[in-house]
Amino acid sequence: MTREPAIEVEKLVREFRKGPRAVDGIDLAVAPGEIYGFLGPNGAGKSTTVLMLTTLLPPTSGHATVGGFDIIRQGAQVRATIGAALQEAALDAILTGREHLMLQATLQGLRSPERRERTRALLERVGLTEAADRRVGGYSGGMKRRLDLALALVHSPRILFLDEPTTGLDPQSRSALWEEVARLARDEGMTVFLTTQYLEEADVLADRIGIIDHGHIVAEGTPAQLKANIGGPSVEVTPAEPDDGGRLTELLSQFGEMRHNGNGSVTVQLPGGEAELADIIRILDRADLRVETLQLQQPSLDDVFLAQTGRKLEGSADGAENEGDAPAPEGRRGRRRRGR
Amino acid sequence: MAVELTADQPAGFSPPAAHVLEQTLAIARRAIVRTTRQRALIVFPMIFPLILFAINGSALSSATRIPDFPTHDYRDFLIAMPFVQGAMFVSITAGVDLARDIESGFLNRLSMTPIRGEALLVGQLGGALVLGVIQAIVYLLVGLATGVSFASGVGGALVLLALSILISFAFASLGVLLALRFGTGEAVQGIFPLLFVTLFLSSSSLPRNLIKAPWFRDVATYNPVSYLLEGLRSLVITGWDAQALALGFGFALALLVIALGLAQAAMKSRLTRT
Repeated sequence: MTREPAIEVEKLVREFRKGPRAVDGIDLAVAPGEIYGFLGPNGAGKSTTVLMLTTLLPPTSGHATVGGFDIIRQGAQVRATIGAALQEAALDAILTGREHLMLQATLQGLRSPERRERTRALLERVGLTEAADRRVGGYSGGMKRRLDLALALVHSPRILFLDEPTTGLDPQSRSALWEEVARLARDEGMTVFLTTQYLEEADVLADRIGIIDHGHIVAEGTPAQLKANIGGPSVEVTPAEPDDGGRLTELLSQFGEMRHNGNGSVTVQLPGGEAELADIIRILDRADLRVETLQLQQPSLDDVFLAQTGRKLEGSADGAENEGDAPAPEGRRGRRRRGR
Repeated sequence: MAVELTADQPAGFSPPAAHVLEQTLAIARRAIVRTTRQRALIVFPMIFPLILFAINGSALSSATRIPDFPTHDYRDFLIAMPFVQGAMFVSITAGVDLARDIESGFLNRLSMTPIRGEALLVGQLGGALVLGVIQAIVYLLVGLATGVSFASGVGGALVLLALSILISFAFASLGVLLALRFGTGEAVQGIFPLLFVTLFLSSSSLPRNLIKAPWFRDVATYNPVSYLLEGLRSLVITGWDAQALALGFGFALALLVIALGLAQAAMKSRLTRT
């Protein structure tokens, strides 16, 4: 039995006056309970897509349903089905966290006793119970983002849109938010549409990724599929003596495609996989070529982006930088074990 | 639980009337909380008209010696001015508040909920209403403390309060309209000097029949602000002047209806939901 997609988009276009097409005929489908990572640089069309899918911006053409509702003809039903934390955490610095949640709960139609209980539960879930009665103006960036997430969850939506939810956050706050997003998908079966310019975020969180550039989806698949599509791992070898670069190139020419990095260092693809690393070491040893460093590199989403667009992704450096700092959430590993 | 929807529900889902009232009150509560927590918003705009009242009340007091001037104490004549000036400050406060919501994306957050535009508009004016009430009471008390006496008695003072609050509400609607049309706090603040010009080009300092320059007298005659001032002033100086009161209430109401009507249309286009 096939389930109806939670989000289905066909040939969606958004044009702005005096500008290029921000979104240029994209197609995508997100399954219920899936975390879909929408990855792309600034200005690629991510936020415009989110604004259209959340009914805040009418599309120029194309068709999309969210939760089974048409985004143009059934906007009210779409809004009742979704929660959204848009790019800037739009909060009122004068109000407290609790007041924000109570206001949102009232506007969403929760009854009075339920409002208080839902507010209490959400504050606890996002770790803001102690700060609940402080004005939001004094919150840190991470606290604001967590409150933003709680506000999006007030009416128990089935589908959650997060537009660059961790931009500007420190690694700890980023990690905490990842944990919560993963938990929502894992424990509550929530569908999450997440835009990001951080490669690591998409890699860690998303079940599937769509890469958008200049308004087009240039690649789509699971992180593993996307990486597999651009080939096997590569190895970067730097000789102890830069003058040995020529000899090194000659010795490694029997392997895959090669790239020269300067100072005699070369990166060579291993079409046969990691097993070829042993062959490389044997050849270098036999030739008595002294090596300063030898590093095995798995394909990254940055390589995927580079392969698809010819450019590196903005923010990829940040993602790489934080790779060691922000641990992957338990949630995703848990979901993988379940074979999803 | 939140409202559950199914794919079979017809388009145009909207909240029931009771919920609309709750929405309005929730937005009003937020507006009032915001206003009362920003004391600078209350105190400084309130003080400025009082300073002008003190300066002009003393410096222009000899105006009462002009033949046919309607009162012997210039403060009786001048007391209407702080009420209208304060209302103009309220318009800026209300406008800038909403413009900030637009700029910060808070309006987008609200528009993701099933809120009705009317609830948002009327609720948003709640803070302005509170500010208007506080200002009116303070100006009245200051007036009484400095010797202003009401020809219309206690009832007149209460009617003055009511008219003053209506004027504040009308100007607040104008501020909200400007915010919805321009979308930035700077644009709303930029309009403020123009509002002030209408105050000075009115009968704020002299009765219209005593303004010598014909162009000034004509401008003051066509300027609705003159009639707001004269409605308030009549209760202090004349007593119960039906015509002045009808014109005062009439122009305030007209400004309110026009500004609210246009603001409602602007709110619709601002809430760009499908």
